[in-house]
Amino acid sequence: MKAAAFAYARATSVMNALELLAAHGDRAKVLSGGQSLMPAMNLRLLSPDILVDVGGLAELRGIAVRGNLLVVGALTRHVDLLRSPEVALHASLLRDAVAHVAHPAIRNRGTIGGSLAHADPASELPACVVALGATIVVRGPAGERRIAATEFFKGIYETALSPDELLVAVEVPVAGRGATFFFQEYARRHGDYAVVGLAASAVVAAGRFSDLRLGFFAVGDRPLLAAAAGKLINASVTSALLAEAATALADELDPQEDQQASPAMRRHLATVLLRRCVAALLARSELEAGVTR
Amino acid sequence: MTVTRAPAETLSVLDRPNSYIGKTVPRPNLDRLLQGRGQYVSDLELPRMAHVVFLRSPYAHARIVAIDADAARRMSGVIAVVTGRELEAVITPWVGVLSHLKGLKSAPQHAIAVDRACWQGEAVAAIVATSRAAAEDAMEHVVVDYEELAAVTDMRTALDPATPVIHASLGDNLAFERTLDAGDVDQALSDSEVVEAEFVFGRHTGVTLEPRAVVADWNAAEARLTIYQGTQAPHMVQNIAALHLRLKEAQVRVVCKDVGGSFGIKVHIYADEMATYALSKLLRRPIKFVADRVESFNTDIHARDHRCRGRIGVRSDGTITAFEIDDLTGIGPYSMYPRTSAIEANQVVNLVGGPYVTANYRARARVVFQNKNVMCQYRAVGHPIACSITEGLVDLAASKIGMDPVEIRRRNLISDDAYPCASPSGMKFEQLSHHASLAKLLQMMDYGALRAEQAALRTRNIHRGIGFASFIEVTNPSATFYGVGGAKISSQDGVAVRLDAQGSVICQTSITEQGQGSESLTAQIVGSVLGVSMERVRVILGDTDNTPYGGGTWASRGAGIGGEAALQAAKALRQNILDVAAAILQSRPAGLDIVNNRIVNADDGAPRIELNELARIVYFRPDTLPPGIQPELMATRHFVPRQYPFAFTNGVQASWLEVDTETGFVTLLKHWVVEDCGTIINPQLVDEQIRGGVVQGLGAALFEKCIYDERGQLTNANMADYLVPMSGEMPDIEIGHVVSPTQETELGAKGAGEAGTAGAAAAVANAVNDALRPFGATITEIPLTPQVILTALGRI
Ligand SMILES: Cc1cc2nc3c(=O)[nH]c(=O)nc-3n(C[C@H](O)[C@H](O)[C@H](O)COP(=O)(O)OP(=O)(O)OC[C@H]3O[C@@H](n4cnc5c(N)ncnc54)[C@H](O)[C@@H]3O)c2cc1C
Repeated sequence: MKAAAFAYARATSVMNALELLAAHGDRAKVLSGGQSLMPAMNLRLLSPDILVDVGGLAELRGIAVRGNLLVVGALTRHVDLLRSPEVALHASLLRDAVAHVAHPAIRNRGTIGGSLAHADPASELPACVVALGATIVVRGPAGERRIAATEFFKGIYETALSPDELLVAVEVPVAGRGATFFFQEYARRHGDYAVVGLAASAVVAAGRFSDLRLGFFAVGDRPLLAAAAGKLINASVTSALLAEAATALADELDPQEDQQASPAMRRHLATVLLRRCVAALLARSELEAGVTR
Repeated sequence: MTVTRAPAETLSVLDRPNSYIGKTVPRPNLDRLLQGRGQYVSDLELPRMAHVVFLRSPYAHARIVAIDADAARRMSGVIAVVTGRELEAVITPWVGVLSHLKGLKSAPQHAIAVDRACWQGEAVAAIVATSRAAAEDAMEHVVVDYEELAAVTDMRTALDPATPVIHASLGDNLAFERTLDAGDVDQALSDSEVVEAEFVFGRHTGVTLEPRAVVADWNAAEARLTIYQGTQAPHMVQNIAALHLRLKEAQVRVVCKDVGGSFGIKVHIYADEMATYALSKLLRRPIKFVADRVESFNTDIHARDHRCRGRIGVRSDGTITAFEIDDLTGIGPYSMYPRTSAIEANQVVNLVGGPYVTANYRARARVVFQNKNVMCQYRAVGHPIACSITEGLVDLAASKIGMDPVEIRRRNLISDDAYPCASPSGMKFEQLSHHASLAKLLQMMDYGALRAEQAALRTRNIHRGIGFASFIEVTNPSATFYGVGGAKISSQDGVAVRLDAQGSVICQTSITEQGQGSESLTAQIVGSVLGVSMERVRVILGDTDNTPYGGGTWASRGAGIGGEAALQAAKALRQNILDVAAAILQSRPAGLDIVNNRIVNADDGAPRIELNELARIVYFRPDTLPPGIQPELMATRHFVPRQYPFAFTNGVQASWLEVDTETGFVTLLKHWVVEDCGTIINPQLVDEQIRGGVVQGLGAALFEKCIYDERGQLTNANMADYLVPMSGEMPDIEIGHVVSPTQETELGAKGAGEAGTAGAAAAVANAVNDALRPFGATITEIPLTPQVILTALGRI
């Protein structure tokens, strides 16, 4: 469990980091908080020739509100999301979610940029940015690209990033009137990756959803923005309608089998989450118990 | 605390003024450990020390056709690449059998596989280099040509004629079989209600914080091997290393400093550790081996992989008429050395039904070979299996006749005044306290109120359950455990105590410390009996050159056996000191006592002479002593239990939990334990042993499982996928005691290290079934994962 030998460069600027990445191609790896990269290297699952440490780049730090966007720098650590007043005010979903990410020691180092770039399908933050309709800002040799979160995740550990690009920030639309969030996950132990989870963002008015974005995670090879949510928007939600949405959800999921859960169990848990989410967001507890598939 | 026997008429040596016995005193080694000054094997650096890593078989079963290490040998930092064949010249193979386990068979096991690897993780070559990293780099360049062989993985088919035999020389895959038939089971079952179930247990392991670690240092000039190892049994390691390296025991010294947890994992002889000793001898330099986490999962012994059919007979009045079990366990390709892998199944047979008066008991246990990592003794060996079967059956019986689980236990537990007595399997009980323990438990948990709360919550679709588990626990084993079977594992322990020139005390003990507080309890006993304050007592353990000969710390024996030796040694030294004091003071020894580091009058407590002054006279001015006096300020005593093969303890646990019947997730809300380990030397140490034990049992109940695929690949050999219990999921664990000291020793202590593990999973499983009662679901499988629970509920 010792990493193979590697070279190390501490980038002095984003430009410098991009130059290093351009020079070394896919033999280089960006090092951010190291909480996913280092374990993989110690297990020799990854053996990059060189690490480009972006940890010192002040340009990638900080959380700021610009117009109606909350801009979160890539180096923002999980613990910062947890404590940030701006996040609490404008995108509390991130705060609620990040409390479920690992443990304090890991949250002190792990970063949002690292988490999104790593793209573990069981990870909380990717589902959040999908549910929030966020934009991922990346910079490469050709300049800056803005990628919708829904387009960013391509598969297990796969994203729209190319090896010579750096994820620099996430732009989250600030919460508007009537916006509410729901976050819940089922994990075997506190801090574990979820067996199934749901990050939801909604706008509720007069007891109905005028918007509902359901970001499920650990249900497929990437976070899933459930189309089934559409059934519940601008509709009077009844147990029957919720059952219909649950069936639609189960149909659109293509979960994987792993040691924690079979596909059937994941489908089942996703529908339980759907019911609990809708019941909570509409403050109608009777919806939670009503449906069984 | 409830004491079941009236105190003796006279003050015992333990009730002296300022006694530390029964007090929570801080462990003397705490400051050292908390300040980072512990000395673990990993910390050790010796001149010319090299590091070994083992290339391990990726196959569960494979022939080793060829090993090409030329490229690796040429790499920088590499000292040697050694195969099993080459190492065979230095170290002989072994066979893990004991003669008292009749019919137990196993095949010769090599330090490094020769010709054939029999589980995924068995070492096939050793790479020795100047650093672990360099050795790992080189390992990637050792090319092994394997021919994959059919792997035997499913214990249920291991004995089928169509299944390949792992060791042709043994004829079949059956390592051991034991049957027992006591009373008349058929008759008993024929006029009872009979309930039957299959109990399935997850194979799991101990997961010590510090992995197995060893530094072996062969000194060719002295022809002596020093082994620094985190082990529970230094003298056993000495004996076995010497035997297989063809040395005299005197040529091997085993030093065991701080150990980061053991739980039974570190009481065995592992092939890679043997290989490390042999490599040191072969290469004539110190070699360090520290298992990493992945190889720990692949090679630290596993345990508890059992499937057992159980039957219970019960009458409508709650009388349990019979127990019957048919247990099957798969132990990997070899019986572990030297304690063997048959002990666990043997214990299951010994212990099922143990808390109850039921005299009719039939059992069969079969132990089979398979191509998985070896299984052997882990904390509470066999007890969690036996307890889960027994208590699971008792709850099923209660449910069948509509009786409260407490009531059926009350009606069948052995009465507290029935001792001494024996179980149908021949276990001898000196004094247990099942009823007093149960009564105390019910009071602690407020059983009536809890049942009312459960009923009220059920109406709101909240499903909580209460589960009980009575248990018995083997502690203080005598020579009948291993010695009679021919293993050179000492069941006796020795303690030497001496008074130094400034009145401080040095105490050498053969028991060892892996975090449970052996050092503390020894100092407490010695200080109390001598009348010396604890900070003056220095305890030395874990060094075969510098401690008396003894067994070490395992099987809940340290306090009961090593503690009694300490007590007797301290008593002897005290007498010697009083003899000298009497000579100096021209008094009678009986008229004097030692209190607070000074000699006092026994009657009025008036101070007579300080211990340091006495020591000064003895060591520096013996000329002033009366003629004919030869002071002996050192005393050694040994102790071994002879009367009872084991000092059984008992207790009862209860679990209160909630099942989310939509998701299958279990939340543990509270856990209670009442146990009876006899004399309690340090209440905090005992309670934390119980708590830690319970946590390991809860891990088994809900989380821990080594998941093998059908090809014998361990698929979760890391801390992300193998789920150990963590504090966030653990309930508060409340502990109470009943005290029935063993009369076999003056100390009266029995063991406390394993009781928590024995019953925790059984209590949880019973509580889950209690919670699921309205759904008509019964689960007799652990770990109780959400997948298992949802499946039982028919949700998926
Ligand atoms: C015990 C443990 C438990 C955990 N549990 C969870 C959990 O429950 N949920 C969860 O979501 N995560 C969990 N994690 C992972 C943790 O959240 C990581 O911090 C996170 O996934 C990666 O962030 P990082 O900053 O550490 O990235 P690193 O480990 O430094 O990098 C991860 C990957 O992203 C790339 N990368 C990093 N930054 C950039 C960038 N700016 N541009 C382009 N590529 C980049 C790296 O090259 C690497 O491939 C856990 C980790 C551990 C060790």
